Amino acid sequence: MEKPKHAHPNYVGIFFFLGALTLLELGVAFLPWPKMVLILLLIFLAVWKAVLVALYYMHLRYEPNRLRLLAVAPLPLAVILVVAVTREFRW
Amino acid sequence: MAHATPTLEENMMDPPRGYEEGAGVYNEKLGMWVFLGSEIMFFTALIGSYIILRVAHPEAWKPPGEVLNVPLTAINTFLLICSSVTMVKAFAAIQDGNLAGLKRWLIATVIIGAGFVGVQVFEYIHLVNDGFVPSEGLYGSTFYTMTGFHGFHVTVGVICLMYVTWRAFQGKYSAADHRGVEVVGLYWHFVDLVWIILFTIVYLI
Repeated sequence: MEKPKHAHPNYVGIFFFLGALTLLELGVAFLPWPKMVLILLLIFLAVWKAVLVALYYMHLRYEPNRLRLLAVAPLPLAVILVVAVTREFRW
Repeated sequence: MAHATPTLEENMMDPPRGYEEGAGVYNEKLGMWVFLGSEIMFFTALIGSYIILRVAHPEAWKPPGEVLNVPLTAINTFLLICSSVTMVKAFAAIQDGNLAGLKRWLIATVIIGAGFVGVQVFEYIHLVNDGFVPSEGLYGSTFYTMTGFHGFHVTVGVICLMYVTWRAFQGKYSAADHRGVEVVGLYWHFVDLVWIILFTIVYLI
Protein backbone atom coordinates (compact mmCIF):
# COMPACT_ATOMS: atom_id res chain seq x y z
CA MET A 1 0.00 0.00 0.00
CA GLU A 2 1.14 3.50 -0.81
CA LYS A 3 2.47 5.50 2.10
CA PRO A 4 0.35 8.43 3.32
CA LYS A 5 1.15 11.72 1.63
CA HIS A 6 0.78 13.61 4.87
CA ALA A 7 2.21 13.50 8.34
CA HIS A 8 -0.36 12.97 11.09
CA PRO A 9 -0.32 15.52 13.87
CA ASN A 10 2.17 14.62 16.59
CA TYR A 11 -0.43 12.77 18.70
CA VAL A 12 2.12 11.32 21.12
CA GLY A 13 3.80 14.69 21.60
CA ILE A 14 0.42 16.21 22.46
CA PHE A 15 -0.20 13.33 24.87
CA PHE A 16 3.03 14.06 26.74
CA PHE A 17 2.17 17.75 26.81
CA LEU A 18 -1.27 16.95 28.26
CA GLY A 19 0.42 14.76 30.87
CA ALA A 20 2.84 17.58 31.73
CA LEU A 21 -0.03 20.05 32.07
CA THR A 22 -1.82 17.60 34.40
CA LEU A 23 1.29 17.38 36.59
CA LEU A 24 1.48 21.18 36.58
CA GLU A 25 -2.15 21.34 37.70
CA LEU A 26 -1.39 19.01 40.60
CA GLY A 27 1.57 21.15 41.60
CA VAL A 28 -0.38 24.39 41.36
CA ALA A 29 -3.47 23.11 43.22
CA PHE A 30 -1.62 22.78 46.53
CA LEU A 31 0.43 25.98 46.40
CA PRO A 32 -0.14 28.40 49.30
CA TRP A 33 -1.34 31.13 46.94
CA PRO A 34 -4.54 33.21 47.15
CA LYS A 35 -7.56 31.06 46.31
CA MET A 36 -8.69 33.26 43.41
CA VAL A 37 -5.24 33.10 41.76
CA LEU A 38 -5.24 29.31 42.05
CA ILE A 39 -8.76 29.05 40.62
CA LEU A 40 -7.94 31.24 37.61
CA LEU A 41 -4.66 29.42 36.98
CA LEU A 42 -6.25 25.96 37.26
CA ILE A 43 -9.14 26.90 34.96
CA PHE A 44 -6.66 28.33 32.46
CA LEU A 45 -4.68 25.06 32.47
CA ALA A 46 -7.85 22.96 32.14
CA VAL A 47 -9.13 25.04 29.22
CA TRP A 48 -5.71 24.80 27.57
CA LYS A 49 -5.84 20.99 27.80
CA ALA A 50 -9.44 20.88 26.56
CA VAL A 51 -8.58 23.06 23.56
CA LEU A 52 -5.64 20.80 22.67
CA VAL A 53 -7.92 17.75 22.75
CA ALA A 54 -10.56 19.48 20.62
CA LEU A 55 -8.09 20.85 18.06
CA TYR A 56 -5.86 17.82 17.57
CA TYR A 57 -7.60 14.67 18.85
CA MET A 58 -11.04 15.75 17.64
CA HIS A 59 -9.40 17.27 14.54
CA LEU A 60 -11.27 20.56 14.74
CA ARG A 61 -8.13 22.21 13.41
CA TYR A 62 -8.61 20.35 10.13
CA GLU A 63 -12.38 20.68 9.83
CA PRO A 64 -14.30 23.15 7.67
CA ASN A 65 -15.07 26.47 9.34
CA ARG A 66 -18.79 25.70 9.39
CA LEU A 67 -18.22 22.61 11.52
CA ARG A 68 -15.93 24.54 13.86
CA LEU A 69 -18.70 27.08 14.24
CA LEU A 70 -21.15 24.28 15.07
CA ALA A 71 -18.72 22.93 17.67
CA VAL A 72 -18.25 26.26 19.46
CA ALA A 73 -21.88 27.44 19.07
CA PRO A 74 -23.02 26.02 22.45
CA LEU A 75 -20.18 27.72 24.34
CA PRO A 76 -21.67 31.28 24.40
CA LEU A 77 -24.98 29.74 25.46
CA ALA A 78 -23.15 27.83 28.19
CA VAL A 79 -21.50 31.03 29.45
CA ILE A 80 -24.87 32.86 29.37
CA LEU A 81 -26.46 30.03 31.36
CA VAL A 82 -23.83 30.10 34.09
CA VAL A 83 -23.55 33.90 34.28
CA ALA A 84 -27.33 34.43 34.27
CA VAL A 85 -27.99 31.94 37.04
CA THR A 86 -25.04 33.23 39.08
CA ARG A 87 -26.47 36.75 38.83
CA GLU A 88 -29.79 35.37 39.98
CA PHE A 89 -28.11 33.98 43.07
CA ARG A 90 -26.34 37.26 43.83
CA TRP A 91 -29.65 39.14 43.73
CA MET B 1 -5.67 -3.72 -4.13
CA ALA B 2 -3.26 -0.81 -3.92
CA HIS B 3 -4.82 2.60 -3.73
CA ALA B 4 -3.68 6.05 -2.79
CA THR B 5 -4.29 6.84 0.87
CA PRO B 6 -6.13 10.16 1.18
CA THR B 7 -4.44 12.99 3.00
CA LEU B 8 -5.74 14.00 6.40
CA GLU B 9 -7.35 17.09 4.91
CA GLU B 10 -8.98 15.02 2.15
CA ASN B 11 -10.30 12.61 4.73
CA MET B 12 -11.86 15.44 6.67
CA MET B 13 -13.20 17.36 3.71
CA ASP B 14 -14.14 14.57 1.28
CA PRO B 15 -15.88 11.85 3.22
CA PRO B 16 -16.87 8.62 1.49
CA ARG B 17 -20.63 9.01 1.17
CA GLY B 18 -23.66 10.51 2.83
CA TYR B 19 -21.98 13.85 2.29
CA GLU B 20 -23.84 16.92 3.52
CA GLU B 21 -22.70 19.73 1.26
CA GLY B 22 -23.98 22.50 3.52
CA ALA B 23 -21.84 21.43 6.46
CA GLY B 24 -18.87 20.16 4.47
CA VAL B 25 -18.71 16.86 6.35
CA TYR B 26 -20.46 13.52 6.10
CA ASN B 27 -23.79 13.05 7.83
CA GLU B 28 -22.69 10.79 10.68
CA LYS B 29 -19.99 13.22 11.74
CA LEU B 30 -22.38 16.15 11.51
CA GLY B 31 -24.89 14.23 13.62
CA MET B 32 -22.26 13.44 16.25
CA TRP B 33 -21.22 17.09 16.49
CA VAL B 34 -24.84 18.18 16.92
CA PHE B 35 -25.19 15.56 19.65
CA LEU B 36 -21.97 16.76 21.30
CA GLY B 37 -23.40 20.29 21.22
CA SER B 38 -26.34 19.06 23.30
CA GLU B 39 -23.89 17.27 25.59
CA ILE B 40 -21.97 20.51 26.12
CA MET B 41 -25.20 22.12 27.31
CA PHE B 42 -25.96 19.13 29.55
CA PHE B 43 -22.62 19.25 31.31
CA THR B 44 -22.74 23.04 31.43
CA ALA B 45 -25.99 22.80 33.37
CA LEU B 46 -24.33 20.42 35.84
CA ILE B 47 -21.15 22.49 36.16
CA GLY B 48 -23.14 25.74 36.36
CA SER B 49 -25.33 24.38 39.13
CA TYR B 50 -22.22 23.18 40.95
CA ILE B 51 -20.56 26.60 40.74
CA ILE B 52 -23.67 28.40 41.95
CA LEU B 53 -24.19 26.03 44.88
CA ARG B 54 -20.54 26.24 45.81
CA VAL B 55 -20.50 30.03 45.71
CA ALA B 56 -23.69 30.13 47.77
CA HIS B 57 -22.52 27.61 50.37
CA PRO B 58 -18.70 27.55 50.46
CA GLU B 59 -18.76 26.05 53.96
CA ALA B 60 -20.24 22.80 52.60
CA TRP B 61 -17.06 21.99 50.67
CA LYS B 62 -13.82 20.60 52.06
CA PRO B 63 -10.34 21.68 50.84
CA PRO B 64 -8.87 19.68 47.92
CA GLY B 65 -7.57 16.29 49.02
CA GLU B 66 -9.25 16.25 52.42
CA VAL B 67 -12.14 13.98 51.41
CA LEU B 68 -11.45 13.10 47.78
CA ASN B 69 -8.43 11.05 46.74
CA VAL B 70 -6.60 13.46 44.42
CA PRO B 71 -3.55 11.25 43.62
CA LEU B 72 -5.81 8.32 42.65
CA THR B 73 -7.97 10.55 40.49
CA ALA B 74 -4.90 12.13 38.91
CA ILE B 75 -3.85 8.63 37.84
CA ASN B 76 -7.36 8.10 36.49
CA THR B 77 -7.15 11.39 34.59
CA PHE B 78 -3.87 10.21 33.12
CA LEU B 79 -5.56 6.94 32.14
CA LEU B 80 -8.26 8.81 30.24
CA ILE B 81 -5.66 10.94 28.45
CA CYS B 82 -3.85 7.70 27.53
CA SER B 83 -7.10 6.31 26.13
CA SER B 84 -7.54 9.43 24.02
CA VAL B 85 -4.13 8.99 22.43
CA THR B 86 -4.75 5.28 21.77
CA MET B 87 -8.11 6.20 20.21
CA VAL B 88 -6.59 8.78 17.91
CA LYS B 89 -3.81 6.34 17.00
CA ALA B 90 -6.50 3.82 16.04
CA PHE B 91 -8.05 6.46 13.80
CA ALA B 92 -4.68 7.35 12.28
CA ALA B 93 -3.97 3.64 11.68
CA ILE B 94 -7.14 3.06 9.68
CA GLN B 95 -6.61 6.32 7.78
CA ASP B 96 -3.38 4.73 6.62
CA GLY B 97 -5.21 1.48 5.81
CA ASN B 98 -3.56 -0.33 8.74
CA LEU B 99 -6.34 -2.63 9.97
CA ALA B 100 -4.03 -4.50 12.37
CA GLY B 101 -3.03 -1.20 13.95
CA LEU B 102 -6.67 -0.18 14.23
CA LYS B 103 -7.53 -3.38 16.11
CA ARG B 104 -4.51 -3.10 18.39
CA TRP B 105 -5.18 0.54 19.36
CA LEU B 106 -8.90 -0.04 19.76
CA ILE B 107 -8.31 -2.93 22.15
CA ALA B 108 -5.93 -0.72 24.14
CA THR B 109 -8.57 2.02 24.27
CA VAL B 110 -11.26 -0.37 25.49
CA ILE B 111 -8.98 -1.77 28.21
CA ILE B 112 -7.85 1.66 29.41
CA GLY B 113 -11.42 3.04 29.27
CA ALA B 114 -12.69 0.09 31.31
CA GLY B 115 -9.79 0.69 33.68
CA PHE B 116 -10.99 4.26 34.22
CA VAL B 117 -14.47 3.03 35.12
CA GLY B 118 -12.95 0.40 37.43
CA VAL B 119 -10.87 2.99 39.28
CA GLN B 120 -13.95 5.22 39.63
CA VAL B 121 -15.94 2.33 41.14
CA PHE B 122 -13.01 1.62 43.49
CA GLU B 123 -12.98 5.31 44.48
CA TYR B 124 -16.75 5.30 45.10
CA ILE B 125 -16.54 2.20 47.31
CA HIS B 126 -13.84 3.78 49.46
CA LEU B 127 -15.65 7.10 49.70
CA VAL B 128 -18.90 5.43 50.72
CA ASN B 129 -17.07 3.30 53.29
CA ASP B 130 -15.60 6.52 54.70
CA GLY B 131 -19.11 7.97 55.05
CA PHE B 132 -19.00 10.29 52.03
CA VAL B 133 -22.35 9.44 50.45
CA PRO B 134 -24.68 11.32 48.06
CA SER B 135 -27.02 12.20 50.93
CA GLU B 136 -24.12 13.70 52.90
CA GLY B 137 -25.06 17.20 51.71
CA LEU B 138 -24.33 19.54 48.83
CA TYR B 139 -20.74 18.36 48.53
CA GLY B 140 -21.70 14.70 48.27
CA SER B 141 -24.73 15.14 46.04
CA THR B 142 -22.98 17.40 43.52
CA PHE B 143 -19.87 15.20 43.50
CA TYR B 144 -21.76 11.99 42.80
CA THR B 145 -24.08 13.65 40.27
CA MET B 146 -21.26 15.11 38.19
CA THR B 147 -18.79 12.25 38.36
CA GLY B 148 -21.63 9.71 38.11
CA PHE B 149 -23.00 11.17 34.91
CA HIS B 150 -19.51 11.37 33.50
CA GLY B 151 -18.81 7.77 34.51
CA PHE B 152 -22.04 6.76 32.79
CA HIS B 153 -20.84 8.48 29.61
CA VAL B 154 -17.50 6.68 29.83
CA THR B 155 -19.29 3.35 30.30
CA VAL B 156 -21.44 4.02 27.23
CA GLY B 157 -18.27 4.97 25.36
CA VAL B 158 -16.56 1.70 26.32
CA ILE B 159 -19.60 -0.26 25.09
CA CYS B 160 -19.59 1.65 21.79
CA LEU B 161 -15.84 1.09 21.44
CA MET B 162 -16.33 -2.65 22.01
CA TYR B 163 -18.84 -2.64 19.16
CA VAL B 164 -16.42 -0.73 16.89
CA THR B 165 -13.63 -3.16 17.84
CA TRP B 166 -15.88 -6.11 16.98
CA ARG B 167 -16.61 -4.53 13.59
CA ALA B 168 -12.91 -3.88 13.08
CA PHE B 169 -12.23 -7.59 13.60
CA GLN B 170 -14.87 -8.27 10.94
CA GLY B 171 -12.91 -6.07 8.55
CA LYS B 172 -15.66 -3.46 8.22
CA TYR B 173 -13.30 -0.49 8.13
CA SER B 174 -10.80 0.63 5.52
CA ALA B 175 -8.76 3.68 4.56
CA ALA B 176 -11.64 4.71 2.30
CA ASP B 177 -14.45 4.28 4.82
CA HIS B 178 -13.90 4.45 8.57
CA ARG B 179 -16.75 6.65 9.65
CA GLY B 180 -17.66 4.48 12.64
CA VAL B 181 -14.15 4.80 14.07
CA GLU B 182 -14.11 8.57 13.66
CA VAL B 183 -17.61 9.20 15.02
CA VAL B 184 -17.15 7.05 18.14
CA GLY B 185 -13.69 8.57 18.52
CA LEU B 186 -15.23 12.05 18.61
CA TYR B 187 -17.53 10.95 21.43
CA TRP B 188 -14.62 9.39 23.30
CA HIS B 189 -12.44 12.49 23.06
CA PHE B 190 -15.37 14.61 24.19
CA VAL B 191 -15.72 12.44 27.30
CA ASP B 192 -12.00 12.98 27.94
CA LEU B 193 -12.41 16.72 27.42
CA VAL B 194 -15.27 16.90 29.93
CA TRP B 195 -13.22 15.00 32.50
CA ILE B 196 -10.35 17.45 32.10
CA ILE B 197 -12.73 20.22 33.19
CA LEU B 198 -14.43 18.13 35.91
CA PHE B 199 -11.13 17.03 37.42
CA THR B 200 -10.10 20.64 37.89
CA ILE B 201 -13.45 21.90 39.18
CA VAL B 202 -14.40 18.99 41.43
CA TYR B 203 -11.03 17.75 42.71
CA LEU B 204 -8.49 20.58 42.52
CA ILE B 205 -10.44 23.75 43.29
